[in-house]
Amino acid sequence: MRWTCAARRTDPVLKVENLSVSFVTRMGTNKAVDDISFTVETGRITAVIGESGSGKSVACYSLLGLIPQPPGRIDGGRALFHGQDLLQMTAAELRRIRGRDIAMVFQDPMTCLNPYMTIGQQLVEPLLYHKKVSRAQARDRALELLDEVGIRDPASTIDNYPHQFSGGMRQRVMIAMALINEPELLIADEPTTALDVTIQAQILKLLATLQAKRNIGILFISHDLAVVADIADQIVVMQQGRIVETGNRDAIFRHASHPYTQKLLQAIPRGGKPVALPTSLPLVTVRNLCTSFQSGNTVVKAVDDVSFEVLRGEVLGLVGESGSGKSTIGRSLLRLVHASSGQIDFDGIDVTALQRRELKNLRRRMQFIFQDPFASLNPRMTVYDTLAEPLLLHGIETRSTVGAHVLRLMDDVGLARTFVRKYPHEFSGGQRQRIAIGRALATRPDFVVADEPVSALDVTIQAQILELMRELGREYGLTMLFISHDLSVVRQLADRIVVLYKGKIVEQAATEDLFQRPQQAYTQQLLRSIPGSTLLAADPSGTDTTLS
Amino acid sequence: MWRFIGFRVLQSIPVLLVVITVTFFLVRIAPGGPFSSEKAVIPEVKAALEAQYRLNLPMFEQYTAYLGDLAQGDLGPSFKYPGRSVNELIAAGFPVTAELGLYALLVAISIGAVAGVIASLRPNTAQDYIPMSVAMIGICVPSLLMGPILILVFGIYLEWLPVSGWGDMPGDKILPAITLGSTYAAYIARLSRAGMLEVMSQDYIRTARAKGLPEWRVVVGHALRGGLIPVVAFLGPAFAGLLSGSFVVETIFQIPGLGRFYVQAAFNRDYTMILGATVFLATLIVVFNLLSDILAAWMNPRLRSQYGER
Repeated sequence: MRWTCAARRTDPVLKVENLSVSFVTRMGTNKAVDDISFTVETGRITAVIGESGSGKSVACYSLLGLIPQPPGRIDGGRALFHGQDLLQMTAAELRRIRGRDIAMVFQDPMTCLNPYMTIGQQLVEPLLYHKKVSRAQARDRALELLDEVGIRDPASTIDNYPHQFSGGMRQRVMIAMALINEPELLIADEPTTALDVTIQAQILKLLATLQAKRNIGILFISHDLAVVADIADQIVVMQQGRIVETGNRDAIFRHASHPYTQKLLQAIPRGGKPVALPTSLPLVTVRNLCTSFQSGNTVVKAVDDVSFEVLRGEVLGLVGESGSGKSTIGRSLLRLVHASSGQIDFDGIDVTALQRRELKNLRRRMQFIFQDPFASLNPRMTVYDTLAEPLLLHGIETRSTVGAHVLRLMDDVGLARTFVRKYPHEFSGGQRQRIAIGRALATRPDFVVADEPVSALDVTIQAQILELMRELGREYGLTMLFISHDLSVVRQLADRIVVLYKGKIVEQAATEDLFQRPQQAYTQQLLRSIPGSTLLAADPSGTDTTLS
Repeated sequence: MWRFIGFRVLQSIPVLLVVITVTFFLVRIAPGGPFSSEKAVIPEVKAALEAQYRLNLPMFEQYTAYLGDLAQGDLGPSFKYPGRSVNELIAAGFPVTAELGLYALLVAISIGAVAGVIASLRPNTAQDYIPMSVAMIGICVPSLLMGPILILVFGIYLEWLPVSGWGDMPGDKILPAITLGSTYAAYIARLSRAGMLEVMSQDYIRTARAKGLPEWRVVVGHALRGGLIPVVAFLGPAFAGLLSGSFVVETIFQIPGLGRFYVQAAFNRDYTMILGATVFLATLIVVFNLLSDILAAWMNPRLRSQYGER
């Protein structure tokens, strides 16, 4: 059954009314979604915004029967898709709609494509299953779509496996796969969260283009208001399973009434930190650093003749896309990877020439904060063990005195002392990153390399962690190398910024100079990629109030 | 790919050398000798025999001489079966053992993989517990017990199948294959359940469901390949284990395979036979491990392209 064109234009394509979903476990019933209503109109984008755990994904997955039941349970409500209630449908009826009339794009393109199948095999699947087409026809259609979503030379890449594509390209493949049956509604769950800002900007643009061309409705789920600033028509803000505010984009961005929405708006990184004039001498000096890796028979130059200084007491931002060599530089400074050539001077010590024993002393003074607090903490060590380990290793405390020090560290990073015997899995992402920061600061280092410390976190949590790092930086008198792909995040912490592209330095300047007067085309492109930059720039009141 | 294989083959040479050396000296250290059980041999005859089998040489020279023969593929003469070489004895027994092992492996895969996959689809329900409990029993009951039970039930009470022999009567290969395969079926069931559970929780399974594919297509089309890689990697060691561990079953069912020669050789202090069979089986274990590693790597596109480039 198809609907007439006239009906398609006027109807909301999806109308959710009073949806409630809960999870029933041995620990009790947990209301994940509590009486929410919203609509998605044809040709429009409705964004659902909320932190992890706000119920936004559960709400959207439950519409298509994609939450496991049990423990999931739909308690009530209706979800009308062209007048038919999705929640009342049998599993078989829902299957006919999934992938044909309603398609989905997921967050992490690295894990959402089947690594054992070529992208071609995966692309044609929805078409072959839902429509009567031959394999050859399906393949032709897949090639057309790959071309449309911007995959270069589809004819030769369609038989490749997902690992042969970059993250951004995989997300394009996911989008092509979702669109192959020309659905009327696309549910996009954090489709750009796992991507670099520059790639994010491209994917957002692509989605907006495809949506306008096809006149479909999009339900866009995100934790980040800034991401949807440029594309959403309607914004629904969710907190703890409830909708706290709904409105069109301008209403939300200009006149948000609910305190939670205001908090989300404030979490959007804007403005820089008050300029402290770095007057002192360099603590770290990098001269002509080159680092290359052997991959098969080819040598990849990850870092290519890079020179810069980090002054005492300053935060130097190191910005670039994936593959720009920024992480490699950070690791080279601490000798976690070997530099191929060049000099690294730390407070008069030549780091590249150190022996193992000397390196241990150095590492007491140089610490590392990693990106992923889920992976970088040992899951079998309690917080206590994690924080005590460096103190004992470097002989700062003895077994009998270490306890008090660990508790002081807990206070410093804003974790309740009662958590000290817990294991990493019992904490949220933000709390884990606090633990990781505490571990890095335990030895009272002079220099910290922070590699994307907030990019795995929700924006609201991200703002808290950045605030913590700023405070602790002052308190501990830290010199910091802050590595990120996101200029707007770096701006909040860094005094100066070094921009990297393909292993080379493109530009380096004081933070605000870089933002006001970017010299290089690549830097300008990076600045344009900051989500919501146009909308937020138009709002002068928002620029300075947040972080002064 | 070839570099990977070449590297693994080179790696296995020291492994085999250690196995040979340890076995060589161990059997000689063990009390008694190949001719000590026979009563009252005239000293001259004994000396002649020992000279014939090089037992009169110092032990280290015996060792180097053995290695020299081995390098030419000669496993030496048997001590207990005069006039026959170890090569001939292995050639006679191995095909039977290999056939038994192959059937047992088929039994193990078909029962194990099906049970494991079924169990993984509804974890922590009866559909999971029942096959997995049966699998646990399979692991716990040794073939020493499983064989006689099967013989009693299917051979003697029901009279459906012959109780012993190999290739003499129709159906006499069924019970030994099941007895030998059951232990491995249980391991494979556990491996495939774990592998499938892992894969079924992956994001790409959710993607497949979001496409509207029916559940069986999600399982067969998307999950099976990744889920069964651990099983494939286990097949090599399993087959090698079936070959070297078949002597109990061969004894129970009176099958003239390599396993029985092997055990008898140990009792008889048939030095060359023990060594020959050990070297032969160790080589097989190395080869099958390598084969299953290659196969498992081949099933993973990421590894395949990695090795393919080189």
